[in-house]
Amino acid sequence: MKPKVAFFDFTGCEGCQLDALNLDAEDLIDLLNGIDIVNFREVMTERSDNYEIAFVEGSITTEGEIERIKKIREQAKTVVALGACAGIGGVNCLKNHVPMEEALRIVYGKDAKYYNTIPARPADAVIKVDHYVRGCPPSTSELVKVIKALLLNKKPDIPNYPVCVECKMAGNICVYEKGQTCLGPVTRAGCNAICITSGRYCWGCRGLVDEPNIQSQKDILNKYGLTAEQVIEKFKIYDTCSEVLK
Amino acid sequence: MTQVNINVHHLTRVEGHGNIVLNVNEGKIEELKWIVSESPRFFEVMMRDRYYEDVNHIASRICGICSISHSTVSLQATEKAFGVKPSEQTILLRKLLFNAEVIESHILHIMFLAAPDFLGVGSVFPLINTHKDIVVMSLRLKRLSYNLAEALAGRKTHPLSCIVGGFAKLPQYSELEDLRKRLEDALIDLATIVDLFKTLKIPDFQRETEYIALKDENEYAFISGQIASSDTGLTPVENYLKVTNEFCVPQSTAKYTKNARDSYMVGALARFNINHEQLLPKAKNAAAELGLVAPNINPFMITVAQLIEVIHVVEQSIQIIDRLFVTGIKEEPHQVNPKRGRGIASVEAPRGILFHDYTYGEGGILKEANCIIPTNQNHNNIQKDFEALVPIILQQPEDEIRHTMEMLVRAYDPCISCSAHMLRVSFK
Repeated sequence: MKPKVAFFDFTGCEGCQLDALNLDAEDLIDLLNGIDIVNFREVMTERSDNYEIAFVEGSITTEGEIERIKKIREQAKTVVALGACAGIGGVNCLKNHVPMEEALRIVYGKDAKYYNTIPARPADAVIKVDHYVRGCPPSTSELVKVIKALLLNKKPDIPNYPVCVECKMAGNICVYEKGQTCLGPVTRAGCNAICITSGRYCWGCRGLVDEPNIQSQKDILNKYGLTAEQVIEKFKIYDTCSEVLK
Repeated sequence: MTQVNINVHHLTRVEGHGNIVLNVNEGKIEELKWIVSESPRFFEVMMRDRYYEDVNHIASRICGICSISHSTVSLQATEKAFGVKPSEQTILLRKLLFNAEVIESHILHIMFLAAPDFLGVGSVFPLINTHKDIVVMSLRLKRLSYNLAEALAGRKTHPLSCIVGGFAKLPQYSELEDLRKRLEDALIDLATIVDLFKTLKIPDFQRETEYIALKDENEYAFISGQIASSDTGLTPVENYLKVTNEFCVPQSTAKYTKNARDSYMVGALARFNINHEQLLPKAKNAAAELGLVAPNINPFMITVAQLIEVIHVVEQSIQIIDRLFVTGIKEEPHQVNPKRGRGIASVEAPRGILFHDYTYGEGGILKEANCIIPTNQNHNNIQKDFEALVPIILQQPEDEIRHTMEMLVRAYDPCISCSAHMLRVSFK
């Protein structure tokens, strides 16, 4: 029996799900030979509540979403957080820096009373999450890697070393040398340092490595005359560094 | 049907969350609503107080499917606020990047979201067995668009290399040579898809509305031009609030818009109706073959207009690559001096006209943002279409009524995740 797989979306841009379809025809057919997709609202009409593996995308930002994700947890044997919003809260957490009443007022003005929102949070703030496909967006190859591991009943092999390792292997010049700041030293690798290779810097979208070398990040900041506060402010985007760099 | 109770919760094969409600009692329509139920996102709050370099990074996350549109319009709004003028090379590369998104987004909608309705299945997955050639072709076109975006910006979803004032990394000639060849091949695949579309029965429903799109005198506009309305003519982008006139409705987390009439349409059909004369030759021929003639007032033809646009942007991408080979691709200095001020920009996202309006304070920090997203501008038009369509089809069985209503919403290719939000109407 092929395992039944479902995809669910919460608050987010749905880019993770869309990238899941970025496969060559042969790879997609191979994948569908291994799993039975029974629920994927974005691309299919059929919906079934009988599934073993649930991929959840997006962060949790309403009371209704809390109830919905709890039901998914009750049904699924395995829950996988897909992407940064589900995994670490993602960009949605940026609104948490103002009180929710103010956020509603800024956006809806006098009509704020019609709307409701709670501070954004990742899936594992509400339910137990078994695995994570990291990144904003995750790479399709990492998603396929996780699905393959689940089919083989193995733990997905996701790097637990910093982006700097992959960045060096990619032959990039360190962005600190260019006068920019970067979260590569403490962020979990697995992205092949795509942002730095593309001319930018690491925003920390894959979350921290398990035991980040905070001293090393501080040393780098000192070396380039930067303060932790500057980095914390700049990298609020994925809310990953505020706790470690304090 | 004298009794109908349709309640489609979280309509499938659309991006984001929307519901359809229809209640008919003794032949009388008691309730008929298109309801947007997406959780609000609060991007205007999320972008506030961010440094300009990171603003397009966040703006891109408004939508996974049109992240290049949001990123591009965000860069343009910041550039206008700072008085930065992008070079010819930057504009060419941005157009090419933008075209990658138009190809991907339209093909996803045409072949994966809309086509299953015409072919009588619930998703693309069964088509792998019945229409394998077409599915392979669609995935090939999608892959081409991803690779095009990767060459220009590192990746398609949430592009990286496009920055304020230019590009942080430039594409290689060898990549562009390979892509040019694959774009030529794509025209052959697209001709096959045009042939498929000739065999599909598109519902015949007519309702005239106001059509709004960007217009540029030099070309079929995607990232430049003024606001053009089929009713009220040209308006400078800076005056967008006079056209969008947003208002809140209790049934929806998204704001609605109207201009000259009760509602207006944006997106591929609106662009076609306004800019059809500027289509490139192969796109023009395909429109003629598929019987798409401007002005077309059948919303189900949006999908056909998207197919025409894919052909157009593939032709245009080949022209742009040829131009880049002539001009050469050079490293350019992009000196950006942030200053206080307001910048308003607009692009034609795959689903229609999109506005970002930024006000910067000292030190390149964004103080206020307003984003008006295409799907928001279509919600009201979908509602008005429902009100015209349902009485005509009310004699059909309930399942067929539901299916036709779902198809109508899908034709608009709504992108509800980004539509659901926010928006302040006036500035402090």
